[in-house]
Amino acid sequence: MSTAPPGPYRLLGTKVPYVEGPLKVTGRAEYTDDLRRPGQLVGRLLRSPWPHARLVSIDVAAAKALPGVHAVLTGEKYPIPFGVLPITHDETAIAVDKSRYIGDIVAAVAADDERTAEEALARIRFQVEPLPEYADPQTGLAKVAAPIHARGFQGTNIQKEVVQHFGDVDAALARAAKTVRVRGTFAGVTHAFTEPLVTIAEATPDGRLTVWSATQVPHYLHRALSEVLGIPMHRIRVIKPEVGGGFGGKSDPLPHEIVCAALSLETGRAVKILVDREDVFYTNHGRHPTQNDVRIASDAEGHLLAYDIDAVIDGGAWSSFGTVTTYYNGVLSMGPYRVPNFRYRGRRVYTTKPPSGAMRAHGGTNIRYSVEVGLDRLAEELKVDPFDLRERNALPAHSTTVNEFEITSTSFLKCLSAARSKSGWDAKFRRLPYGRGVGLGCGFYISGSNSPIHFTPKMPQSTVHLKVDMDGGIAVHSMQADIGQGSNTLLAMIVAEVLGVDLERVHVQRVDSDVSPLDLGSYSSRVTFMMGNAARSAALDLRGQVVRGAAALLGTPAEELEVVHERIQRRGDPHHGVPFLEALHRAMEATGALTATGSYQTSPKGGSFKGARAGTAPAYSFAAYVAEVTVDAETGEYAVDKIWAAFDCGRPLNRLAVEGQIEGSIHMGLGQVMGETMSYRGSRLLNPSLLEYKIPAPQQMPEVEVLLVGDDDPEGPFGAKEAGEGPLVATLPAVANALYDAIGCRFSELPITPDRVVRALDLRAQEGRRWKGA
Amino acid sequence: MSAGDPVRFRLNGHPVSAPCPAPRILLDLLREDLELTGTKRGCDLGTCGCCTVLVDGRPTLSCLTLARLVEGRDVRTIEGLSPRSGLSRVQRAFVEHGATQCGFCTPGFVVTATALLEEHPHPSREEIERAISGNLCRCTGYTKIVEAIEAAAREGA
Repeated sequence: MSTAPPGPYRLLGTKVPYVEGPLKVTGRAEYTDDLRRPGQLVGRLLRSPWPHARLVSIDVAAAKALPGVHAVLTGEKYPIPFGVLPITHDETAIAVDKSRYIGDIVAAVAADDERTAEEALARIRFQVEPLPEYADPQTGLAKVAAPIHARGFQGTNIQKEVVQHFGDVDAALARAAKTVRVRGTFAGVTHAFTEPLVTIAEATPDGRLTVWSATQVPHYLHRALSEVLGIPMHRIRVIKPEVGGGFGGKSDPLPHEIVCAALSLETGRAVKILVDREDVFYTNHGRHPTQNDVRIASDAEGHLLAYDIDAVIDGGAWSSFGTVTTYYNGVLSMGPYRVPNFRYRGRRVYTTKPPSGAMRAHGGTNIRYSVEVGLDRLAEELKVDPFDLRERNALPAHSTTVNEFEITSTSFLKCLSAARSKSGWDAKFRRLPYGRGVGLGCGFYISGSNSPIHFTPKMPQSTVHLKVDMDGGIAVHSMQADIGQGSNTLLAMIVAEVLGVDLERVHVQRVDSDVSPLDLGSYSSRVTFMMGNAARSAALDLRGQVVRGAAALLGTPAEELEVVHERIQRRGDPHHGVPFLEALHRAMEATGALTATGSYQTSPKGGSFKGARAGTAPAYSFAAYVAEVTVDAETGEYAVDKIWAAFDCGRPLNRLAVEGQIEGSIHMGLGQVMGETMSYRGSRLLNPSLLEYKIPAPQQMPEVEVLLVGDDDPEGPFGAKEAGEGPLVATLPAVANALYDAIGCRFSELPITPDRVVRALDLRAQEGRRWKGA
Repeated sequence: MSAGDPVRFRLNGHPVSAPCPAPRILLDLLREDLELTGTKRGCDLGTCGCCTVLVDGRPTLSCLTLARLVEGRDVRTIEGLSPRSGLSRVQRAFVEHGATQCGFCTPGFVVTATALLEEHPHPSREEIERAISGNLCRCTGYTKIVEAIEAAAREGA
């Protein structure tokens, strides 16, 4: 690979507005629901009202007989199971034989219009035999009468159990000067993206199937469609229009996408399925409701000796990403501190509830809360400042954790130092009046998964194609999925930076599996790192071709030339050069349009034990956040006044997007810590609407001071690491620890709602424990 | 007015007459019948604000409005707030400040912000937050949206 162009950079590191911004602010950006195909039918899904039931018989005759109905589907037609992980294919497009949660799809129709489709669904008759409901994951840990899946572990509802032990935790606990224990309980939360799930499928007489879908991972959808429908991938074309947010909720191939394609195959017509907001909540795949039990041991000076962790994770009806989630809930405790002994047991349990899955900072959020709250307690009991405790334990750069994660770059100490000084910590901690407080929370996160969910791991994780013709416009193709995070903009910036051209020359093309080379899409915070490296490599190739054109025109060896803004010249000599376009045209004389390819593949990492690759990444991001809060001790209401967010994403490439990711992550983290809850009575979801599932309002959003302190990462593109998920995890414990500083109450159950604050204050009063004189 | 009567109103400055059965919802009329897809459908329940349009200058949730109710009134959608070329000052501020991420909520915010600035050219931060509190955004934490509206207000001054 050629070397990177030397900095300073013209575009990278500045604030570049999103390239599709003008289309979005005028309503001209095209989302899937804005598209309409000729002769398009309406697809509708019937969802199970039963938490767990055997489907004895289904009578669709009356539905089929209704004029205007073109197809009625039930589960037996497409029974091949699928799922995002190749090892846990346990979903079907439509329930086969039994229904596993309220909201499970049990039938589908395609009709001329909505009313006809709804009426057809109402005419379908079921005979069912109720099965036991398993709403509580604890029940599913033992043998049950009717396991939700046959693949559950030995007659239980356990989907996945992970047991790991590194070092000797019992010996460490025995010699520890101090041990703290946090037993955390976490309600489920969901993505609440604003664009509902939506898919259009069109089977055409040439034997092809085209699918437009609101997806974060077009490639996994492509694979799942092929497997379930029995159509080779090359006859399926997946197109990703603009996507209105994902946060992990559009990363699994989802049943409605496959049903939509199936209905199109049945009818020979285009079919659209728009999943309404209520059903988006039932589709869920949000953060797992979790109970964890974390013991942290240290010596008398606060050097960490061991973590001992147990987690029970509520998976809902399907596996989804669950095997990964089960690992992550343990192993993502392994930074940003050195922990020499580590034991973990994690169990993910199927329940008769909407499936849990991947949500922003997947697997790393709930365990991070318990660890960081535990460290705050440890610091207090040892009479050590929380910053000092963390400094003492920071993982050094270029080190290996006890579970064999390779840490390369880390600016965690700089994060600590920036957060401490900018927040005025030393003047505030335990010194603000009663009802006000500051708290520290830290974190780290994977910058892409080293071990992708990929069936052919020898292929690159990301490929980028460039094409430039005589007009001088550069078309960029890649299956990376911009879902609002700004990856199209970054792709354009990298290409423009390397080629020295204006950003407006670069046109990032819509994701279309017919022409976009493979990239695994938007999950695991992989895009900047992997697509960025692939784009850089492709652009360097193209630059070489154009520079050779300039060399021929100038009669100067290519090695003596440099690329400057829209021009190629002899190094340091503006008088001996040619415009970009002239050099391009000379370079095109032999072949016509120039093309270039770049790709990125991770190198093998991790130990040789079972599960060793879970959580390995080519780099990690680091964070240290201080939150300042004000609590009303009468009502339990509290405000987060400000968050100082010190973050190490290596070199920030688009500062506007990095800030946006941090602010958005904080908003989402605040939602989970302050109030968001998927509420259930038994297996029944009680609040499937954006009115009852409240995300934080603008008034609840604190001032955020973003402190970007990262040093260049050796492998990241131009030194960059991720900034999409890591910025979330530190938010929750920072707020909880600030509440403790304000009112002297600990919270082990999320969300921390005002009624829980009042109860904690009552409990403190009963214990006769005073805090800051109150 | 009988079931088959069209609804007549001003849409983005031009008179329109569209067939309109009584139960037709304004959002459906705009998106499905008149192909103005800039107005987004996020929830159909009036909870997200993505479908906000201006009716006689006031932000209105088109998913909760019967189309017949705009008879004789002035309706402006995101398309009507966009100049023939270039961007309005609110739109320009949203782009420059990175107030769009996924962009799905953006037309609703631009409509709401435009109405706010038409009525209060110099809103306080609290007034901005109150004005947009019926519009949900899950990407930005509202930070850059509020900054953009403040900047647009400054530019208008």
